[in-house]
Amino acid sequence: MLSYLIHRILIMIPTLFAISIITFVIIQLPPGDYLSTYIAELQSQGENVDIAKIEALRAQYGLDKSMVEQYCFWVLGLLQGDLGFSFEYQLPVSEVVGDRLLLTLILNFTTIIFIWLVSFPIGIYSATHQYSWGDYGLTFVGFIGLATPNFLLALILLYFANVWFGTSIGGLMDPIYIDQPWSTAKFLSILEHLWVPVVVIGTSGTASMIRRLRANMLDELQKQYVITAKAKGLHPLKALIKYPLRTSLNPFIADIGNMLPQIISGSAIVSMVLSLPTTGPMLISALQSQDMYLAGSFLIFLALLTVVGMFLSDLALAWLDPRIRLGGGASK
Amino acid sequence: MSNTHFVNKNHFDPNAEEPLTREQERYYLATQWQLMWWKLKRHRLAMVSGAVLAFMYFSVVIAELLAPYALASRNTDFIYAPPQKIHFFHEGELIGPFVYGFSFKLNMKTLRREYTENTAIIQPIRFFCSGDKYQFWSLFDASFHFFCPSKSGTLFLLGTDRLGRDVLSRIIYGTRISLTIGLVGIIFSFIIGITIGGLAGYYGGWIDNLTQRMIEIIRSFPELPLWMALSASLPVTWSPILVYFGITLILGMLDWTGLARAVRSKLLSLREEDFAQAAQLMGAKPRRVIARHLLPSFTSHLIASATLSIPSMILGETALSFLGLGLRPPITSWGVLLTEAQNINAVELYPWIMTPVIPVIVVVLAFNFFGDGLRDAADPYH
Repeated sequence: MLSYLIHRILIMIPTLFAISIITFVIIQLPPGDYLSTYIAELQSQGENVDIAKIEALRAQYGLDKSMVEQYCFWVLGLLQGDLGFSFEYQLPVSEVVGDRLLLTLILNFTTIIFIWLVSFPIGIYSATHQYSWGDYGLTFVGFIGLATPNFLLALILLYFANVWFGTSIGGLMDPIYIDQPWSTAKFLSILEHLWVPVVVIGTSGTASMIRRLRANMLDELQKQYVITAKAKGLHPLKALIKYPLRTSLNPFIADIGNMLPQIISGSAIVSMVLSLPTTGPMLISALQSQDMYLAGSFLIFLALLTVVGMFLSDLALAWLDPRIRLGGGASK
Repeated sequence: MSNTHFVNKNHFDPNAEEPLTREQERYYLATQWQLMWWKLKRHRLAMVSGAVLAFMYFSVVIAELLAPYALASRNTDFIYAPPQKIHFFHEGELIGPFVYGFSFKLNMKTLRREYTENTAIIQPIRFFCSGDKYQFWSLFDASFHFFCPSKSGTLFLLGTDRLGRDVLSRIIYGTRISLTIGLVGIIFSFIIGITIGGLAGYYGGWIDNLTQRMIEIIRSFPELPLWMALSASLPVTWSPILVYFGITLILGMLDWTGLARAVRSKLLSLREEDFAQAAQLMGAKPRRVIARHLLPSFTSHLIASATLSIPSMILGETALSFLGLGLRPPITSWGVLLTEAQNINAVELYPWIMTPVIPVIVVVLAFNFFGDGLRDAADPYH
C-alpha cells in the first residue's frame, strides 16, 4: 500500500507542473494584457493616458519581463500560497476570492454525495428488476437528465423552488447572511439553497452512474457463484448484498475520478446561471476582463480539485481492491 | 500387398454431409459491413434515432425552405407573442389547418403584452407557397416555402422572441450551425486522436508513456472552464465564420483523448496478431501496417465511439454560446437562441423562448441511442 501511495504521489507532481504551465499559457493567450485593456478603456472615455504611469504599473506587476520569468514568479508565489494580484479589484487575489473556494468545495462535495445516494438504490433496483416498467422508466428519466443542458434545468428548477418553497432566487444563502461570519443559521440557509444546484449538477452524473452500476450488477448477477448461492437456498437479499454488490462497488469509487471534471464543469456553468458565490461567475468575468492572475487562480484551483479528487478516489480504490494495491493490472 | 487406397470416384463436395441452407450461405458470404447493417437493422431504437438524425441533417440542407419565415424577419407588432395553435375545425366546420389571429392588448397595470386568440380572424396556413424572401445558401434569391402564413396573417407555431422574430424559423436555421459544429469538431478530434493514439499504440515504449501522461493531464482539466478560457482568448475582431471554426477547433482539441485511448488499446492488442506480424516481416512500413491492416479491423468501433462523442460537443457549444463565450449573433445556433432565456422572467412569462432546448435534447438522445446501436453492431460476430 505504501509503495502504491508513493508511486501515485510521484505521478501527481509532473501532472501538477504540466497543469500550471497549461494554465499559464491559457491566461496569457489573449492578445495584450490587462493594462492594454485598461488603456483602451481610459482612451474610450476620453481620458489622458500617462505613459510614465503605465510603464511604472507594468514594471510593478512584472508585465515587462519575459514569459518564462513571469511564469517562474507566478509559480513560486503559488507554492508559497500567494495567488498574485487582481488588476480589476486592485486587491490580492486571495482577498478577492474569499469564501468562494470553500463554497465551491462544499458544492462539489455535496453533489458527489447526492450522486451516490441517488444512484445506489436506483442502480440496484434497475439491475434486479431488469426490463420491468420501473427499470425502463428510470432509464428514460436518466437519459433525459443526460441530454438536457444543465443551465436550463437550473433555471426551471430555480423557478419552481421559488414558486413552491419560496426560496429566494439566486445565491447560496439568504441575502442577510452574505459577508456574515459562519453561524448555524447561515449554515442552514446554505443547506436550504444548496439543493437546487446540487440536483442540477448531479443529474447527468447520476444518470451515467446508474447506467454503469446497473451494467456491472447485471454482469455479476449472471455469474455462476450467484446462481449456486441461490440454488443452495441462500436468502435472495443476502445473495445480492454479500457478494455481487461488493464487486460492483468498484466503479462507484473509480467513476468519481472520471466524473469529477464533469461535475466541476457542471458546477461552473450552473453557478453562473444561479449566480452562486462560487468560482464560476467570477472566473468568467475575470476571463473577459483579462484579469489574468484571478482567472489563473480559479483555473488552477479547479484543476487541483480534480487531480486531488482523482488521487483520493484512486486511494480508495486501492484500499477496496487488492488487485490494484498489489500492483497487478488496474481494472476499472 | 495389393493394398490400394480407396478412392471415391465421386466429386468431392464439402457440403455433402451438411448442406448449407441459403440463409447460412448468405450469412457466411456476407462482408463485415453487411453483417453490421443486418445487426443494426434489428436494433429498432437505433434505427428510429438514425432516421431522426437523417431527417435533421437533411433539414440542414433545406432550412430556408422549411422555415416559414426568413432568419431575420421581424414582426414588430408581435413581440413576445405566444405560440399559435393549429386548428382544423371552426364552429364544427372543417376548414383545414388554420390558426386564429391575435387580438392584442397592453395591460396598463402590469405593462405586459397580452395576446388572446381572436376566433373571428381565420388564417389558413398556405402550403408550397411564396413568402418571405431569402437567399438560398447565400447563392440566389428565392421565396419558396413548404408552408407559410396566410397573406397578411401570422403563423408563429412556437411564438416570437423579444424582437418579434418567429422562434420556430430561428430554430430551423439554428439546426444548420448546431448540427454541423459537432461534425466538424469530431473530424478535428478524429484526426488528432487517430494520429496520436496510432503512434502510441504502434510504437509503444516511451512514446506511449508520454502520450498517456499527456492524455491524463488533459483529462484532469474540467472541460468547461478550459473551453471558456480558450474561447475567451479568441480575438473579438474575428468574423463570425472564423469564430465558428475557432470554437469547433477548441471543442475538438479537448475531445480527442477518449478516441486516442481507444485507438491505442486496440492497436496494442492487434499488432501482436499474426497478420500484423506477417505484414511487418514482409517489409511493410509502419504507416501501411497501421492504415492497411490494423485500422480497418476496428474502424467500426471508431465510428461508433465518434458518434457517441458528438452529443457532448453539441452540448458544449450550447453551453458556451449561452454564456456568451461561444458563437455570437448574427450566427444563429440553438445555444445562441437560448441566451434569450437567460433570466428567470423568461421561464415565468415567455416559456416558449426555451423551446430551442427540445431539438437539443432530441438530437443528443438520438446520437446516444444511434451510437449505442452502432457499438453493438460493430461486433457482428457476437
